[in-house]
Amino acid sequence: MYLAIFITFVKIFIIFSGVMLTVAYLSLFERKWAGRIQVRYGPMRCGGLWGHGWLQPFADGLKLFIKEDIIPDEADAPLFVLSPIIILTIAIVTFTVVPFAPGFIVSDLNIGILFILSISSLGIYGIVMAGWSSNNKYSLLGGLRSAAQMLSYEIPLGLAVISGLMFAGSLSMVDITTVQSGSLFRIIPEWLLPRWIVFYQPVAFFIFLVCMLAETNRLPFDLPEAETELVAGFHVEYSGMKFSMFFMAEYANMILVSSVAVTLFLGGWNSPTFPLWLLMSLPVLLYALYKGIWRKFFTVVFLLGTGILLLEIFQDIRIPIFWFVIKVIIFLFWFIWVRWTYPRYRYDQLMHICWYWLLPLALINIIVTGFIKFLFM
Amino acid sequence: MVKVRELTLNMGPHHPATHGVLRIILLLNGETIEDSKPVIGYLHRGIEKIAENLSYHQFMPYTDRLDYLAAPSNNLGYVLAVEKLAGLEIPKRAQYIRIIITELTRIASHLVWIGTHALDLAAMTVFLYCFREREMILDLFEMYCGARLTTNTFRIGGVPYDLKDDFIKKTLEFTDYFPPCVDDYEKLLTKNRIWMKRTKEVGFLSREDAINYGVSGPTARGSGLDWDIRRDSPYSSYDEMKFHVPVYPEGDVYARYLVRMEEMRQANEIVKQAIKALEGSEGLLAENAPKKGLKKIKKAPEGEVYHAIEAPKGELGFYIHSKGDSNPYRLKIRAPSFVNLSSISTMIKGNLIADVVAVIGSIDIVLGEIDR
Amino acid sequence: MNNEKNVLDELKGKFGEDITETSEFAGDLTAAVRPSKWVEILNFLKIESKDKYDYMSDLCGVDHNDRNPRFDVVVHLMSTGNFKRVRIKTQVEEDEELDTLSEIWKTANWHEREAFDLLGIRFKDHPNLERILLPDDFLGHPLRKDYPLKAEESAKKQEELRAALKGEKVEADG
Repeated sequence: MYLAIFITFVKIFIIFSGVMLTVAYLSLFERKWAGRIQVRYGPMRCGGLWGHGWLQPFADGLKLFIKEDIIPDEADAPLFVLSPIIILTIAIVTFTVVPFAPGFIVSDLNIGILFILSISSLGIYGIVMAGWSSNNKYSLLGGLRSAAQMLSYEIPLGLAVISGLMFAGSLSMVDITTVQSGSLFRIIPEWLLPRWIVFYQPVAFFIFLVCMLAETNRLPFDLPEAETELVAGFHVEYSGMKFSMFFMAEYANMILVSSVAVTLFLGGWNSPTFPLWLLMSLPVLLYALYKGIWRKFFTVVFLLGTGILLLEIFQDIRIPIFWFVIKVIIFLFWFIWVRWTYPRYRYDQLMHICWYWLLPLALINIIVTGFIKFLFM
Repeated sequence: MVKVRELTLNMGPHHPATHGVLRIILLLNGETIEDSKPVIGYLHRGIEKIAENLSYHQFMPYTDRLDYLAAPSNNLGYVLAVEKLAGLEIPKRAQYIRIIITELTRIASHLVWIGTHALDLAAMTVFLYCFREREMILDLFEMYCGARLTTNTFRIGGVPYDLKDDFIKKTLEFTDYFPPCVDDYEKLLTKNRIWMKRTKEVGFLSREDAINYGVSGPTARGSGLDWDIRRDSPYSSYDEMKFHVPVYPEGDVYARYLVRMEEMRQANEIVKQAIKALEGSEGLLAENAPKKGLKKIKKAPEGEVYHAIEAPKGELGFYIHSKGDSNPYRLKIRAPSFVNLSSISTMIKGNLIADVVAVIGSIDIVLGEIDR
Repeated sequence: MNNEKNVLDELKGKFGEDITETSEFAGDLTAAVRPSKWVEILNFLKIESKDKYDYMSDLCGVDHNDRNPRFDVVVHLMSTGNFKRVRIKTQVEEDEELDTLSEIWKTANWHEREAFDLLGIRFKDHPNLERILLPDDFLGHPLRKDYPLKAEESAKKQEELRAALKGEKVEADG
């Protein structure tokens, strides 16, 4: 029993540090990929040996850490300090039920999805408290907007999840993942299209994508922190470590909803079962296409990949983790791509989309799904 | 009993989206704007009083600082007003050179406009694409007169330098490179659902209100007022250039956006035509004219003139009242952004706070010329 | 040529003696009018004249401090129909109020505020005649010829004006 507890602690440690590291490097990748979309390099200087900004997240973190801790005079100090703590804690706690690989999950609750949906709703408290306690008209407006937006978009999100769950048959994250291995529709062979719920429920996937953006306050739904309109909205009075906690929470939320999307719709840790040699040829192809420092990068990736495959370590979980991480990275890239391409929706248009379009669509989707399942029962 | 109170919100002088030090006091009911009051004057430098104490030639660099994003066009307005007062004849080659520089300025100014307008509405990538093209134009200016922003390009009586061959070559390269870039921006914005939702039926200004408020330039043409000073009261050989003036009747932010996008393309066409016309004109007079002009205009004749040009922002007019000295007795600068801004209260009434940013962006103001 | 003259001829025909002077210089048509008929003449130009001058380009003031009446108020109009321009001016004394044009053209509102701010010309029945370019607590009217140009002298002048104001207040109270 003590061994089980010890192993759980190890898992918690690995997942927590992995998530924090990803959050830090996600901020770098956001700036790098934003730069590339905008015909410029992202951070290039702060890189130590390799240059190209690889140490930038640590530089940013250190800068924010050593900044002066300002609490405005008229602000409600206990709430002011409490809100970033709440937001960040909740964002991280939900990672306990995310299935990275078979057996590599902190706690396989049998109500996994429900746990995630309910705990992430508590994050709204943090935002409203931040908006209120800053004692500032702009942050109040931002906090209220954000609360209304996140609450509204949770409904189509939940309904989209329900229609996905109709195929999974269970709320447990691990069960949802294991259901998605096998052949699609029982007739399409596995090597052609895998048995992922996205092929059963494309409409639900689309609704989930839109609600993902709204839940994490990302463009085109980032009105609560709209820089050019509300001068940074609900976190305008925050500086230093508390500000960085808001941003870590936002990135952690992004990773979380991406993980949920991957688990629920994209098959979790299941691989698309095309041959491994085809996969390993990808770095070789990219090596041929790119030049300069990219070649060094792809060589490293290739060698690392071959090394991990050849060595007999972590046999059960290395391929599933790899696929899970790749799929999450695809979603994160999509988040960043959308952010730097589209303008921002106005607040009333945002709410209009949720209540007029997504909600009826999600409901109709559930009804149609139920009907079709009944027919094929 | 529930009492509903209105909220006064200050979009202060220090704000990322007010394009300079502009302050707008909004009276809100929820998020809807009931009334608004722009407060200006944070950048007032007393340029008109300075003009009364300097000679006409010495005042040229001050005109750069009016609309600092389109300096050569302010230079053109001032120089044409003084030449009208003094009755000077400008050689043809100088006039074509003026057209080339002014139309490149129009493109540069509109690039800043679309970049910052899109940035305010969070389409952040367009900003960087536009500034990439603007860099090329600023390089051309540097090649011509040595400065990128505050150019002091023209002189009373002509232009100071002739165009060298590599300037003409690079300009022609630019005119070939530019139209696909405008297509790029249009691809990102014009048919984008989010952009259309943010800009259509927002900030409405009717044609009657536009005339009554003295609105000019692309802002007025977006409300259906078919008026372009280059076409209707031509100056400096614009009557020899063929170009189309876009007019859209809808009167909202989207219409003004379409007007300016089309104007960028048309300005490109004008530059091409002017370069072609340049080949036919004599090479001598552009450089001699300033010396002749300088000799003539130690003192200007007594009288008053008003001359307006089509600046990128609208009708830029200079009223000079001269009593026969080498200094103007009174110089009034009719700045288009000053007059366009007065119509903003009408435009944003009944809209939401988020729309204020879109509307300010669409009227394209520069605080330098509002406050002078 | 003959067509152009018609605006000034039209005005002279309709208002006779109230048009004190007309001139043409460098292609610009100018008419000087009596201040008492200011609104009436400009209204005529906007609505009833042959080329309707419905667009006001500019309204400004000029300070002639060697002459009484001290100020000129100059209005530039344009017709959006045929793009012809005309300049109408009048002479205003230092403490005299001129009728506002902001009922006829909404753009006159801000132009008149600027003339008041920089020159001190007052306009009767103006909806909000307050300073527009200078700070609200600024004293004096800087574009006048007797106001100094340089910053140090201007600061001194502000002190003097403030002292004079306080002096008056003390006198009024005491």
